[in-house]
Amino acid sequence: MQAKYGRPLLILGLLAALPLIRAIPGVNANYWLHNFILVVMWTIIGMSWNLLSGYCGQVSFGHAAFFGIGAYTSGMLYVKLGISGWWGMLASIPVVGAAALIIGFICLRLRGPFFALATIAVGVILRIVAENLVGVTGGDMGIMIRERTWVEKTWYYYIILALAAATFWFVDRVIASRLGYYFVAIREDQDAAESLGIDTTRYKTIALVLSAVLCGFAGAFYTNYMGYIDPKVVFALHDISVMAIMVVMVGGVATRWGPILGAVIMILLAEIIRTIPKVGTAHHTLFGVLLIVVIIFLPNGVVGDAAKLRRLLRPGRSS
Amino acid sequence: MEVLLQTLISGLLLGGLYALIGLGMTIIMGVMKIINLAHGELMMVGMYVAYLLFAWAHIDPYLSILVAVPLLFILGVALQKYLINPVLKVDAILPENQVILTVGIGMVLANLATIIFKSDYRTTPVDYATKAWYLTDLWKDSPIELSLSFPWTVSFLFAVVITAALWFFLSRTDMGKSIRATAQDKDAALLMGVNVERMRVFTFGLGSALVGAAGCLFLPIYYLYPDVGGQFTLTGFVITILGGLGSTVGAILGGLILGIFESLTATYLGMGWAPVGRFVVFVLVLIFVPGGVASLLRRRRFGK
Repeated sequence: MQAKYGRPLLILGLLAALPLIRAIPGVNANYWLHNFILVVMWTIIGMSWNLLSGYCGQVSFGHAAFFGIGAYTSGMLYVKLGISGWWGMLASIPVVGAAALIIGFICLRLRGPFFALATIAVGVILRIVAENLVGVTGGDMGIMIRERTWVEKTWYYYIILALAAATFWFVDRVIASRLGYYFVAIREDQDAAESLGIDTTRYKTIALVLSAVLCGFAGAFYTNYMGYIDPKVVFALHDISVMAIMVVMVGGVATRWGPILGAVIMILLAEIIRTIPKVGTAHHTLFGVLLIVVIIFLPNGVVGDAAKLRRLLRPGRSS
Repeated sequence: MEVLLQTLISGLLLGGLYALIGLGMTIIMGVMKIINLAHGELMMVGMYVAYLLFAWAHIDPYLSILVAVPLLFILGVALQKYLINPVLKVDAILPENQVILTVGIGMVLANLATIIFKSDYRTTPVDYATKAWYLTDLWKDSPIELSLSFPWTVSFLFAVVITAALWFFLSRTDMGKSIRATAQDKDAALLMGVNVERMRVFTFGLGSALVGAAGCLFLPIYYLYPDVGGQFTLTGFVITILGGLGSTVGAILGGLILGIFESLTATYLGMGWAPVGRFVVFVLVLIFVPGGVASLLRRRRFGK
């Protein structure tokens, strides 16, 4: 058991040293830290999606719903009651969990692609509701947190890094437990799992709630870090829900490292594309093309199809 | 009363167009068991084809159906042949890869449109855009006043004609019968000598062509921008669920019901809530009538 976490701990240690880039002259440390914070946040969202969709096979197109509920829980507690957004992060656990129970009750009776589509609807409904309930959410104006806890990004980085490490460990433990085997059994053949006495509805609901809470946590962090949210940003179909799918698809579905690698690739790619002049608006096109290419050629992602990739890179040794 | 009647009429006209969108989707879903989340984006392509023809040559959007339909057919065939078919063959952990693929296709289409046309809202300023027929023109002492928008009515009639043509094609021609056979039982159809692979490719083309036609019909009454497709993809999907997956009659009824329902929400709750109404229908149908309208029809033998 101990050796199992050797490599993750080593990588965590290296990542913890990252803010030292401040010491390097000529490097825009704030810019890089911002990107790393986003990468780490996306590893959490990716791991959360992977738990539900990769391991349990319930492909969600609506993770923006959980991200957004988490973000709004934190934001509204601050704006309406003056409670710090960091307490809001804790408050997001019961709120997102309860929302996931309701969503699961409605959507989990559907199978495969129909579940996927129902979750799209959930995400879109929540966005429209948040836009229209101006009295409660402020509508399109969004929510602004005026007093930022820190001006420095280092602390935000450490908080999200700790959260990501905890998420990694948590998902890993779940997958290695009986619960995790149930999840995979449901993914592989729901009817067979059912006939073996697994209460599939119950375990699918558990997977959904766990996944939702993790994603909601990332959302609540986002509110605290960015200081501003609006429905179009946190309930975004493409920028959150589809991005979550892409992070895991590119990295590797149902793998430990897939969401992490995927988040690194996707966020850095988005940033590189954004900095190329005149390509800015085109970045979704390239994302779309990347998604198509990955699905056709690397259906199990960079990690899942690592052997295939290695063969491609060394054509001389291919069989 | 007057408001209600007017709302119902507008809802019916909208519903006819919705039915056309749902038909394209339901045919693809029925024959290939493929969920096409690029459906609305294909419609957007159809709308831009009609828009360009209008901007360059002042061709009426209704006439440009003749161009958009074959173009979209070719596009649909190419997508099925070169992107979707290969994915259906590869072995992956998640069978939903195909759905995610169509999302990718939709993203590429919508964003290519953004690059080419910018995000501007465009309309085709046809001279009949604001024309309408009034009930009082026909019946002077009518106690209530109702109006029929000219472009809405024409679009609706076109949708009816296209739907009738589709019905004729599916029920009376060999090709149509083969498609329906493939939808019912792929393996049996294969044994009966139907070229299933070809039917699949053709059906995706047909579905795309139908939604392309819907795009041309929407253009005179709607504004156009690159992301317009997303909402129609979801609408199409709600209609398909409401109608019962793969059922053509269901898609028509589903489209009409949804059109009327949305019209009612927009009138009585406000425009912003109309999309919520759409998804409330969606969720309610999923919970209470999982088979959609088609299952009700089958159960009660048209007793609805």
